[in-house]
Amino acid sequence: MESNKNFVLGIYNDEDVLLSAIKQVRDSGIKIHEVYSPFPVHGIDEALGYKRTRLPIAAFLFGLLGTTLALTMQIWMLGYDWPMIIGGKNFISFAPFIPVTFELTVLISALGMVATFMIVSDLKPYKKPRLMDIRITDDKHVMAVDLAKNNITKEDIKKVIQGSGASEVNDKNF
Amino acid sequence: MQVTSSVREPLVTGGKTAHDVTEDICSQLEGRPSKSWMIGMAVALSALGIGACAVFILVWDGIGVWGLNKTIGWAWDITNFVWWVGIGHAGTLISAILLLFRQKWRMSINRAAEAMTIFAVICAACFPGLHMGRLWLGFYWALPLPNTFGSLWVNFNSPLLWDVFAVSTYFTVSLVFWYIGLIPDFASIRDRATNKISKMVYGALSFGWDGAAKTWSRYESVALILAGLATPLVLSVHTIVSMDFATSVIPGWHSTIFPPYFVAGAIFSGFAMVQTLLLITRKVMHFEDYITRGHVELMNIVIIITGGIVAIAYTTEFFMGWYSGLDFEDYMYMSYGAATGPWAWAWWALIICNILVPATLWFKKVRTSFVWSFVISIVVNIGMWFERFDIIVIDLSHDYLPSSWSMFYPTRYDIGVFLFTFGFFFTAFLLFAKFFPVINMSEIKSIIKSTSSKENK
Repeated sequence: MESNKNFVLGIYNDEDVLLSAIKQVRDSGIKIHEVYSPFPVHGIDEALGYKRTRLPIAAFLFGLLGTTLALTMQIWMLGYDWPMIIGGKNFISFAPFIPVTFELTVLISALGMVATFMIVSDLKPYKKPRLMDIRITDDKHVMAVDLAKNNITKEDIKKVIQGSGASEVNDKNF
Repeated sequence: MQVTSSVREPLVTGGKTAHDVTEDICSQLEGRPSKSWMIGMAVALSALGIGACAVFILVWDGIGVWGLNKTIGWAWDITNFVWWVGIGHAGTLISAILLLFRQKWRMSINRAAEAMTIFAVICAACFPGLHMGRLWLGFYWALPLPNTFGSLWVNFNSPLLWDVFAVSTYFTVSLVFWYIGLIPDFASIRDRATNKISKMVYGALSFGWDGAAKTWSRYESVALILAGLATPLVLSVHTIVSMDFATSVIPGWHSTIFPPYFVAGAIFSGFAMVQTLLLITRKVMHFEDYITRGHVELMNIVIIITGGIVAIAYTTEFFMGWYSGLDFEDYMYMSYGAATGPWAWAWWALIICNILVPATLWFKKVRTSFVWSFVISIVVNIGMWFERFDIIVIDLSHDYLPSSWSMFYPTRYDIGVFLFTFGFFFTAFLLFAKFFPVINMSEIKSIIKSTSSKENK
């Protein structure tokens, strides 16, 4: 990603125009680098051909880890390390262990999933964003096409983007 | 594929565009603080300062400075704890449960409601902490940390320990949920910032957000799963809080309907607090186009429903106590004895504030009126405080031996510590309102096309 630094940007004002533009641009054989939006646009994953994220699986696995840790901790502490008779209950009595097990499952699942999300999306404090256009976080949608990844001339790419309903077509170099 | 409905009222009025949304919300935190903000801050900081003196003396001298006695070992402290935790529930309900139900009206209010949740949970956590007396040993008593007593572990059979795990998990997950939602909005502020300090601060807070479609897709998935996790979590928190009472063998507390009854009560009081705060925010920060009469009415409807559940719970408690035929039950918080005895004022405060006054919301005129909604929201919060006070203090005051029956009178340290949490809550909320985007900009922008009144025409 770092080696290619020349982009053509199509700027769109409307999310519905953007969605049909993505289809047009992809149909004409141009590979889109990425699309940037001020808010989540529904249907954009399918339009760009992105696979579904596997974050739900990560959340489930972290949840499983939480359940295991919580049960192991309680059983070991109250059942083996220092058994005590509390209210005449068994040393290892599952019913009273449920609340803490549930809470730790939720805690570790949530924290683990969010940490995974931060890592895979490379979100971290003091990271300098590679902003394609300053108006992305305001109201503009930006489609970026990487010139090095396409065998089509810059002029042809610009023509297709212009024809797809973009309000502006710009160059961007990093 | 936007669907415009002619039946539903627009969620955002005034024909806003996405750019207007950024402008309206960011401009609030770019200028100098307004005069009303300064006055609010002065009041909040005074309350915090006076309260801090009470907290200092409490920690220095021990909890004997409270009005507790041998019969009533729990009073304002636990009342305030349950009250603040309950208030926190609305934030998660709005952002998680309404997200799962695809209720788009949540988008104007979820950010502020989540902030309120976080501050309310911090306020709540003060009370069990201070009640321990020796705060600095609290970590050993509350968390399973290796220690030099054995290790002698914490008691996982105790509902008080479940509370520690429930409240701290709830706090952490709410904070993470809130922060994930804030990242794109911080990026909007970062890209508008003109001075160096805001550029740096919001640049750091926005985590290098660039708005890529891939990140948005993951972000939406994270938000959905967090909502899925937060929904049972929020229900579990007040369930476990109610178990502090329900799993004990104290008459009046040992009641199986406590969990659902407490959860409904929590949402009831939480929505009332959201209503109070948002009606002020709306006026002061000029968010009339974002928080409309429709939003206020919908929140009032949630208040009617949860208030109704609470009223049924009171009736059930009253009936079951009477039907048991036990004399002892006549001293419990929901009984004829409570309504006529020495605590009659507290009992009637509960009935009036929680049942009779909110019942007026059944009239459309009342529930669409800003003034009445504001008044009723405050009344409900007072009523819900009395509910917890009644459950805790009335039930304890008449214990097993008539010779040890007692009344409870708060000292200035009871009041002072409560004031401290109020001071903290409002200081934090005002700071939030000044430096954070109070309305979730990116979510509002995603519905602006389908809902803005200009587009509907």
